[in-house]
Order: sequence, then C-alpha cells, then structure tokens
Amino acid sequence: MAGLATVFGSGAMTNSIQEIEDNDLIFVIGSNTKENHPIVALRMIKAVRRGARLIVADPRKVPLVRFAHLWLQQKPGTDVALLNSMMHVIVKEELYDREFIVERTEGFNREFLDNLEEYTPEVGEKITGVSKDKIIEAARLYATAERAGIYYTMGITQHSHGSDNVFSIANLALMCGNLGKESSGVNPLRGQNNVQGSTDMGCIPDSYPGYQKVNLPAVKEKFEHLWGVKLSEKPGLTAPEMIFEAEAGNVRAMYIMGENPVLSDPDVNHTVKILKELDFLVVQDIFMTETAELAHVVLPAASFAEKDGTFTNTERRVQRIRKAIDPPGRARDDAWIIMELSKTMGYEMKYSHISEVFNEIGMAWPAVAGISYSRLERGGIQWPCPTSDHPGTPYLFKGGFPRGRGRFTTVRFRPSMEPPDEEYPFVLTTGRQLFQYHTGTMTRRVDPINKVAPEPYVEIHPDDALRMDIQDGEMVRVSSRRGSIRLKAMVVKRPEPGVVFIPFHFKEAAANVLTDGHALDPLCKIPELKVCAVRIEKDRA
Amino acid sequence: MNTLMIDGKYIEVPEGTTILEAARRAGIYIPTLCDDPRLEPYGACRLCLVQVKGMPRPVTSCTTPATDGMEVQTSNEQIERIRKTIVELLLSDHPNDCMVCEKAGDCTLQELAYFYNLRENRFWGERRQYTRKDANPFIERDMEKCVLCGKCVRVCEEVQGVAAIDIAYRGFQAKVCPPFERDLDCEFCGQCVSVCPTGALIGKQSLGKGRQKDIKRVDTVCPYCGCGCNITLHVSRNEVIRVTSEPDTLNEGWLCVKGRFGFRFVNSPDRLKTPLIRRNGRFEEATWTEALGYIASNLKRIKKQYGADAIAGLSSARCTNEENYLFQKFMRAVIGTNNVDHCARY
Amino acid sequence: MGREVEIKICMGTGGLAAGGRAVMNAFAEGLKAEGIDAKVSENCSIHQVGCRGFCARDVLVDVIIDGKRTTYQYIKPEMVEQIIKNHIIGGEVVQDWTVKEDYQAFHDKQVKVVLADCGEVDPEDIDSYISRRGYEALQKVFREMTPEKVINTIEASGLRGRGGAGFPTGVKWDFARRNPGDVKYIICNADEGDPGAFMDRSVIEGNPHSVIEGMIIGAYAIGAHHGYVYIRAEYPLAVERLKIALEQARQRGFLGRDILGSGFDFDIKIKLGAGAFVCGEETALIASIEGKRGMPRPKPPFPAQKGLWGKPTVINNVETLANVPAIIRNGALWFAKFGTEKSKGTKVFALTGKVNNTGLIEVPMGISLREIIYDIGGGIEGGRKLKAVQTGGPSGGCIPAEYIDISVDYESLARMGSIVGSGGMVVMDETDCMVNIAKYFLEFTQAESCGKCVPCRIGTKRLLEILSRITDGRGRPGDIDLLVTLSEDVKAGSLCGLGQTAPNPVLSTIKYFRDEYEAHIHEKRCPAGVCKNLLTYTIIEEFCKGCTMCARVCPAGAIVGEKKQPHHIVQEICIKCGACFETCKFKAIKKG
Repeated sequence: MAGLATVFGSGAMTNSIQEIEDNDLIFVIGSNTKENHPIVALRMIKAVRRGARLIVADPRKVPLVRFAHLWLQQKPGTDVALLNSMMHVIVKEELYDREFIVERTEGFNREFLDNLEEYTPEVGEKITGVSKDKIIEAARLYATAERAGIYYTMGITQHSHGSDNVFSIANLALMCGNLGKESSGVNPLRGQNNVQGSTDMGCIPDSYPGYQKVNLPAVKEKFEHLWGVKLSEKPGLTAPEMIFEAEAGNVRAMYIMGENPVLSDPDVNHTVKILKELDFLVVQDIFMTETAELAHVVLPAASFAEKDGTFTNTERRVQRIRKAIDPPGRARDDAWIIMELSKTMGYEMKYSHISEVFNEIGMAWPAVAGISYSRLERGGIQWPCPTSDHPGTPYLFKGGFPRGRGRFTTVRFRPSMEPPDEEYPFVLTTGRQLFQYHTGTMTRRVDPINKVAPEPYVEIHPDDALRMDIQDGEMVRVSSRRGSIRLKAMVVKRPEPGVVFIPFHFKEAAANVLTDGHALDPLCKIPELKVCAVRIEKDRA
Repeated sequence: MNTLMIDGKYIEVPEGTTILEAARRAGIYIPTLCDDPRLEPYGACRLCLVQVKGMPRPVTSCTTPATDGMEVQTSNEQIERIRKTIVELLLSDHPNDCMVCEKAGDCTLQELAYFYNLRENRFWGERRQYTRKDANPFIERDMEKCVLCGKCVRVCEEVQGVAAIDIAYRGFQAKVCPPFERDLDCEFCGQCVSVCPTGALIGKQSLGKGRQKDIKRVDTVCPYCGCGCNITLHVSRNEVIRVTSEPDTLNEGWLCVKGRFGFRFVNSPDRLKTPLIRRNGRFEEATWTEALGYIASNLKRIKKQYGADAIAGLSSARCTNEENYLFQKFMRAVIGTNNVDHCARY
Repeated sequence: MGREVEIKICMGTGGLAAGGRAVMNAFAEGLKAEGIDAKVSENCSIHQVGCRGFCARDVLVDVIIDGKRTTYQYIKPEMVEQIIKNHIIGGEVVQDWTVKEDYQAFHDKQVKVVLADCGEVDPEDIDSYISRRGYEALQKVFREMTPEKVINTIEASGLRGRGGAGFPTGVKWDFARRNPGDVKYIICNADEGDPGAFMDRSVIEGNPHSVIEGMIIGAYAIGAHHGYVYIRAEYPLAVERLKIALEQARQRGFLGRDILGSGFDFDIKIKLGAGAFVCGEETALIASIEGKRGMPRPKPPFPAQKGLWGKPTVINNVETLANVPAIIRNGALWFAKFGTEKSKGTKVFALTGKVNNTGLIEVPMGISLREIIYDIGGGIEGGRKLKAVQTGGPSGGCIPAEYIDISVDYESLARMGSIVGSGGMVVMDETDCMVNIAKYFLEFTQAESCGKCVPCRIGTKRLLEILSRITDGRGRPGDIDLLVTLSEDVKAGSLCGLGQTAPNPVLSTIKYFRDEYEAHIHEKRCPAGVCKNLLTYTIIEEFCKGCTMCARVCPAGAIVGEKKQPHHIVQEICIKCGACFETCKFKAIKKG
C-alpha cells in the first residue's frame, strides 16, 4: 500500500468490484483471483463473457488462466522486467496517452525513458521466460484498451522488491491514462475481510487513522486533543521489525489480537523462538492458535457472527456486520476486552454503543465523516465520504491525485534475494488455495472443507518429478536454509519446471518454515514470501 | 424506450427488456421456476406463459422481448389452466415429502402448489426414483426433487465458469448430474444450492438443523477474503446453520465455498471460552478480572522498566474497524507507543 | 461387340441390405469370366446407383443395352450368371425376373424432381452427376444471378421447407440475408428422426451432389461462407457418400475459395449427430453443433437472427435443398406448376404400413391420398379395409379412411389435424388399433423428449401412461377427457415443436376413433384385436378337430384337450401370445 500511496497519494483499490464487468481489458498479475478472490473473479468472467480481453500474468497456471486470452507464464519475481518490457513496447509504438501524461503526471522524463530503453521484448523474454511476442501482444492489448483495469495481490507485493513491482504497475497505468475513470485503474485486491479497514484505522506504525502521519506535529496535536493524552511522535515498528527488535531484547512484551504470526510470518522456527523469549505475551483470539499456545495470557474473543461493527472491503466499502449469536462461554468481543483492559490500565474508553466508536473515527478522519450506522443500514458506502449527503466514491482520482500529479518512478529489475543454486535448486512460491483460508484457524475447523482439502502438498512439475523419481502423492521433504518440512508431492503442470508451490494453510507442514524472514522490501518491509530457494528430496522416513 | 401494455397498464421499458422484467417493474406477478434475472433466459418451466396480442400461442415472458406497442395479458383461462397443469405435472413426479423437507417454507414448488390449491392431482403416475447418494461433503443432491429448471446448470457454467454438471438422459429420465454420474467434484461454491427453487440441492451442514420458520436471519459480511460479500446468517438456537446471500447485494448473491459453507468454525467446540493464564507452564482458567488485572500489571511493569516502546501490538485484519481503532488507540494512548501493526504485509 | 452395355445396381441402404454388393460383384466377376472387362471396357460399365424408391423389390438391377432398359427385381447373386448369358450375351431378356406392370404403376403417378436422378447417377462419381446437368444451376447462379435474384426465384417458385413446418424457403433466406453480420452460416438438416422415415437418407445416398449444389446456392444467396451438414451417425452410408461427394466437389472447385472464379468462398463441414430426434429442431441442432447438449431454446431470436455461434443462420432440410438446383435450372414457373395454390412442387414420402407397395415415393403436392394408396401403393395388403393414414410421423395425426380423397398439401392436412411433416406416411387397416398407434408414437416422443420443458417431459409421460392403461384394460371413465385436456395443455405449453406436436396422434385418433377408445375403457375390448390384455382366445368347439397343434405351440401350456377331441384354453394361464391363433388350420380359434 505504501507503494501506491507514494505515487498517487493514496493506497487502495482505485475502482469498484462492480466496475470490473465493464472493463474491456483486464490485466491480472500476481493474483490467483479465482481461488483467492472468487467473487471478484466472477465479475472478471462476466466481463469476458461480455467481450472483455483478459491477460493473466502468473508463474502458475492458476484457474483464471482458463478464461484468459493471453497467459504470461513469467518466472517468479520477474514482474518489473515484464512490466518494463511492456512499457518499452508502448513507448516504442507510441501507444501511450500523451494528454494524460502531460496534464496529470510527473516524472515521464529522460531518466525514466532511458531506463525503459534497456528492456526490449528480447531482454524481457530472457528475464521473464515469456516470449517476446506475448509481451508485445500484452502491451498492445493493454495500451489500446478503452477501459483497462489492473488487478494484483500478494504475487506482486510479497517480494523484496514488492514496492518496485507496485511502482511498475502504477507506471504502466499512468502511461496509458488508465486511471481516474470508471472501470479503469490499479486495483490491489485485499486478502482479508478487513485489511483495508485495519490499515485505514491506523493499525500501522507510522500513521493514525486515515493515514495521518504520527510524526507530523499538527496530526499529533489533533489526536492528543481527541484522546486527551500525550502521544509519541516516534514512528513505531512494523510487524517484522517487532520480531527483530524482540530478538535484540528491545521489545519485551506483545499484545496480539486475532493474528497468528507463527504460521503467517516467514521463518516459523525463528518466530516461535522469539515469541517464546518474550517477557510477556498476550494473545486474544477465538481459537487456541499456534501463536496463542506461546502466550502468557490468552483471551477468548467473539467471532464475526457474535458482534456488531463494520468491515471495509477491498474496494473501500464500509459495511455493517451484525451480531447473530452470543459468543460461547465467557468469550467477549474484542472491543469490550480492549475497553476493559484500558479501564484496568487507568484510561477509560467510554462508549455506550459500538456506533459511537465509529462516530469518533469520523471525527478523526474526514474521509469517513459522512458515514454513520444509520446510513449503513441501507448498504455499504465507499470512502471517501466526507459528508452525510455524500454518496461515497466508487472510483478514485476522478478530479486528480491526492498528491497532485501521479508520479512515474524509474524502476530497475532486481532479482529476488535468494536465487536457486546447486544446493537449493528450486524456486518456492507460496500462496493460498481455494478451500482453505490463511493459517487455517477457521477453515480447518470446518469438516467438509477438510474432506476436500485435507492436507498439505507441494505442487511440482511432472518433468521435475520424473527426473527425481517422485510419484504423485508420494511424501517428500522440502528444505530451505531455514528449515525443512515433510509433505505430499502433487505432480501437476501448474507450475513450470524448476518452480514449486506450497499453500501456507497447513501447520503440519507450514510453508513459512521455509521462507526467509530477513528478505524484506526496503520500503514496505514486506517479506519475500513468493520466492525462496528450496531443495526437494524423496522422503526416506 | 418501448411502451407496452400489460394487463391494461402502460409500462415504459428500455430496449432489450423481457416481458417478465417489464411486468415485475410494474408490480405484476407472473409465476416462474426457471427464471433468474442473473442468468440467461431459459424458457423451460413454461409457467411464465403470457398471451401477446397477435401471437398465435402463449409465449414465455422470460424470453420474449418487450416491444413497442405490445399488448400483453398475463393471465387468462387457458394460461391459468396450463400453469395449473404444469404444477400438477411437477407434483406428480415429486416426493411431496414437504413435512420432512429442508426446503419447506422456502420452496417455490410448494408455494405454487399452495397457490393453485393442488390437494388432488389428476396425473399421478410413475415417479423418478434414485437411490444413489452423492458422497461430496457439501451438497445434498436429491434429484427426485429436481424440477429440471436448469438454474444450477446455468449458474455453474455462466457465472462460475465451471460447468461441473449438465442434464443427462432424455425425456422423463432427464437428470442433472456430473459427468458419468460421478460424485460432484467442483469448486463447491454452492451457487447451485442458492438458485435451486426446490429441495433438490441443500447444503449438507444444514440438514436437520432447523425449519425455515424458526430461523432468525441476520445480514452481515463474510469474514474471509477482502471481497466483502454480503451474507445472511441463518440462526437457530444460537447456532449458525446456513449462510445465504441475497441477489441484490454487491456480490449479486454469489459466494465461494468458504463464504457459503465455511461457517461451522463459529460453533466449533474448540472455541476459547474463558480467559487463560499460564502458570507453571500450564494454562489455567481465569476470570476476566483476574486476567485483565494480570495483563495490566505486567504491561505497566514492563513499560516502567523498559519504556513504552518495549511493548508492541499486532492488530487484526479479521477484526472490525471499531476494534482496530480501539486497539491502536489503546497502544498509542494507553501504552504510549506507535508499535502497532497488522498483517497487511502477509 | 459394338454394343453399349450399362448395368445399374441399386445400392442404397435397402439395396445393400438385400445383397446389392454381392450382386454387383457377381456381375463384375461374371462379365470378367465371359471376357468382358466391365471396368476397362469403354462400352460396358457397372454402376452403383441410389435408391429408386421401390425397396421392397431389391435388389433392383437395370440392364441397359444400347439405350434399351430392362429392369430386374428381387435379384440375387446366383441369378446373375443367367442374366449375363441370356440377356447381355444372348440378347434374350430373362422375362421371369423383370419387373411387371405393378412396378410401372408404382411409378406412374409419381413426379420426380428431387428423386429424378436417384437411381440414375452413381452417387460416388461427380461426373455422373455432372453428365445429368449437375452443377449447371450453380454455374448459372454465378454467371447471371445476384443473391437477391436467387432469393426472388426461390420465393417465386413457392418452395416451402420440407422438414415439417413448411416455412417458405425464399423468405427464410431473405431474413438471413438482411440480418446484419459478417459471419453467417447455412446448415443442412439431415437429422432425419421420424420412425420409418428415410427420405433424406435416400437423397443423400442416391444423389449427394444435388444437396451440396443446393447448399452452395443457398450460401451464396444469404452470404454464408461456412456450411454444415448435420447428419445422424446412424446413416453411415449417407455420411460416407457425402464425404466422397464433398471431396470431389472441392477438387472440381465447386467448394473452397473463389468457387468457379466467382470470388465467392464457401465450404461445408459434416457434423455427426448422435441420433436424437429433438436435434431435428433448429435450435437444438445448433446447440448440438456447438458441442452442447441438443436442447431447444425459445424463439425469438430465430436462427436467422441469432443462430450458430450467435450468427445469422439458415437451416434447410435435405429435400428442400435438393429442390434448389432444379428450380434454378428450370425456373420458378416450372416448379410452381406442380402442386396446389399454396403448396408448390413435389413431396417425397416414405410410404409404409399395410399397403402392397411400400417404398420411397415422390408425388406432386395436391395428389389425393387415394391415388397414393391405391395407385402407387397398390392398395391394402390382403385386400383388407383401409382404416386410416398417419402422416407426419410422431408430430402428425391420423386421417380416417372416409377422408381418403383429400388433397395432400400443407393446408389440407393441417385442417385434418395432421401435417405433411418430413414425409412419413403409414397406412393402417382394420387390424390396427388406433389407441395402440397413439401409444406407439407417444412412446417415441416421450423417449426422445429432451426433458427441458415440463409439459413435454412429464406431460407426454403422463399421456403415455394413460394410453398404456387404456390399452392394458385399466382405462378409467374420464380418461378420454383427461387425455384431451392434457394434450391441449402440452401442445400450447411446450417449448419446441416436439412437445407442441407430440399430442397430435392422441388428439387425432380421439377425434376420429373415439369409439375405439371407449370400447377399450368401457367394454374392456380392443376392436382391432391388437391390445393383448384385452384379448381372449377361445376355441370354437364345432370347428376344432383336436389336431393338438395349438397345444403344442402354446408356450404357456394353456391349451388342454384330448386328441381328436375339441380343446380349450385355460384363460388364467393364457399369455395371449396368439401362437395358437396363427397355427390353427381350421380357424377354430377366436380372437376377441
């Protein structure tokens, strides 16, 4: 998100899900949409039925490829090269939107163009493995479309050069003027129900709610006034940094609400070791997660069905969730727990109803000031929505970018941190599959789901399997420099030879035992979960 | 725009509108079983027949475009007779076990039988009987109750892009099934269940969990990915027994396997039910007062000893906006640090 | 020798089934043995030809010597030697084996337009077709006619669809031509599905080029560059000959790019159907070609607007297309002089049932049923009484004997509650039970219903069940009215032509033979003596000689009696198979 915020001044999906069906070109890169955002994929399929063109760039033959007109099977971690190469073609063939560039952007300069000069389709082909003809075709399709939308997820961001990837995507959209209008934009699809909301709400170390920077004195004063206490202007630690600082002894206690970093963070063994060494760990969750097992205190929380509140979905739509049942036993909703803890700590948070919390958010952040629970009764509203008579904003940047002009960023291709070598010859890429969800805390407790997706597996290309004499369904050992897991081989042509894929849902063979917690994007601190080097052996146990 | 007259009422509709859509806009009811505005018109159930002036025979309103100057009669003696015959025919090949059917109370066929007051049936005869059960874990397929409206087949192909099922066999033996009548093996999105007008397709997890009339329905938002699909929780005895979604929502009523069938974790016996404090390496049950007091004293101690920045908080993308707001407020205003983050990075 | 000898052997499906291949081999070998190399010699040739209609007389062989034709019937391979010796070499016709006057009578009242060259041309030899003015029409079209003019000609000829519905062909082409679209299709519907119908099969087997030529002209008229022949896989011979014909047409430049230098591109693909009756319905046929389940969809949009792959599409029946070259060659007026005011030209029928001469016939529209049955068909078998004629196959109806003088055309038959249909014509006599006939057709339509719409799927099933119980002797008072109301609802409510016409056999038999239904229901009696459950076989004592034949053939052991003494049948054991009835030489067994 920080990437998009840098170029546009705001980091979120620029368009609405509904607008997808009016796209005439859909460019999906680094998103297994059909499995991970199934309902967004349905809109894409609908658009294709209506005549839209679909380009899918993914190292794996993800299910959406079946509907695509063009599939760019790139090598993992080569997005910048692919995108730069496409832009090279667009510049060479003068397919860019001159008017848009002049009026609404900055940075489309000599330095930027000189950089693109190197990325001929031939160079692109060499780095990405995608044939130059396909690169050229993709470039032309995207550049000549009227209403082109780009959709991406963690396949773009979970890299040590994730921000570069995002910059490249933004460059492409800016170059072709595919922004600031309906069905045309740059759309990161959020992987969890309220990622957008928790970011909006300031659960990020450098910003208060509404992306207001903690180090700006005026902002700090505003919140000191609102909350009636003195606040720190020192930006805090990102999640990976918390782990490093804990290792260094600088972080002594952690309060973890509804997260399971043991499985979701890279390098499981390392994470467990650090969390165990904390002076004090509080975990608040609905299940005894792998993280909760390490805690000093575990607090039982309410599930989504047991509380009132709002979620903000991937298209910035604030929607009401409603209490349907009572939580089990003595479990309480997270808001109650925080407020009670706060009171115990000597700071009283006084709200008679959860809607009052939302009203306070509106006071802190003007973009949602126009949203109220009573309005939400009639359906969700997309921020920005500054006033109570504002209809909400289906797509962003109609009148301009928050930072003034959209900024082109010169991006050079950097390989991933851990390329395969003789010892670890395979590239491992991780992700989700359709049936299970995230660390499996919820879905692995749903019987029918476990019947169809019962166990971990590693997808491996038949050529590789043949070479190593690995049968489909056979147990194998996958090892990286961090650790080793045992799981079944799924021999399938989904990844290309040399690439393997492991879903990260399964604690018994956690993919993140293998990934590298130190390979971070310098800007966003996102770990490189999509590329690391592994070795595969027949399991002898 | 075209202006047509339906049952003496003038209605203006855009080009391409069907007679059925036009009638609905005007608040005129026409019975249907196979129509779904989200799917391609199909014209199979024949219940929506209407008489258009100048046409030699009744036409299906779901497939016939409304044209300018058209005069439509949605009901007359012949049409009502045909509709009644159709419902009778359907009931003559139906188990009619409404007293034990999950769908009772939410079943279009049942409604039609009631509407046409079909206590007697002129057409009793052979009934399809299938003994084989589909072993898939999600969807109970009782093909004896299938009225062959084709909605499941169409939604699977047109919307979901999967085409896991189609109609096999001919005539009276026609049947919706997966290839070679194997067990259903698909994405299990359950769109088919959501469009089925009868009890032919039911979510297995809901079986026997409560009658339609006893269910409390609560509109909320799916807890899984970021799509933000609108869902309706069906609650019976403090238990979520089914998840549905309305066609007029932002997700058009479509859900994925997790959203539709992945709700049982809520009522899982594994749920944490009480605060736990680790003592001597083991978790012990505690009251809220104990637990919160224990946390408060420890956090205060550490803050005092190492400073506020020695404490870090991870919030959750699964929690509400309000909870996230309160969490960061707690970290910032109560603890005094900006060490707050969540999993947007993962 | 100096003489021109040509031997034509009927090798349609009927001819082949009767042993045509063996007869042809016998001729080839026999001639070779006599030193006449039929293959090499310029003046002696053996040709396989298609069906000439009178399949009952197969194998039919024409021996043409210096233009003088002799037709032999019922020829078997062992008869060939004598024909060669006596006739071909000796010049003496083998009189015993030639066709007689009845063969002539069978043909006298026929008028052959579509079948004119069937039985004459070798279907596997394009030159044979060309030698009989084949592809002349196509050249004429390219030489001097615009697409509009072609359409005008067809419209003026009054040609109507021969597949059943009788829609004017020219109008259909005109729709398709006017509907905008860069891509259009023409489809030849060769999915002949009526039970007992073999008109289209015979045309394709006998003269495939006439259909191809018609299709090319149609394609030119509407602006299509791609054509399909949708033909059932159960017609392997027709498919094979069509394949050969298409390949030959391509080689001669009648198909492909820039046909005959006209700049017009067109080619034809064969699509095999799996033998579903419903795929004769246009929209179901289109779905089937698209690889989907063959199920109809409601119209509009009509195929001429949105057909194959969503493009404007014309679908014409085989016979319709085979008429086209003749119309173009001879002019619209020539064609229009056959037939009635509204039904022009000729129609091919598959004449079957209880007539003496069964086979494929082509008659001018407007001919009377009487002429067909008594002049062409040679009257009813065994001199029995005509009861009814069923036309139009499962979609048609029964016309009772008293209307035997009606004109056979679209309008007249429709007025009688029947249809011309694709050309099935079943003649029934007093030994046919009309309830059973209705049941027979309902069994067919129910089994062939695609199952999509309720009235057809369940309605025809219930109709069949009611008919079954009537013929089983379990009919209830009120069943006739129930049949009528349900039939009307099925007709009015069904999606496609299959369901809309499926009740016709029921309605028309009730209309004209209600008394038979009533006898079944109220008297538990089948007047025609067909419905087993309503039959009792009894032995008339005064006729019975006690020969014991009946007791010996009875599979159920239901007949008891002493030798030379009158026997009797134990009704509880009798299974009503009729074996005794067939066996008794003394007419001592009574059925009723």
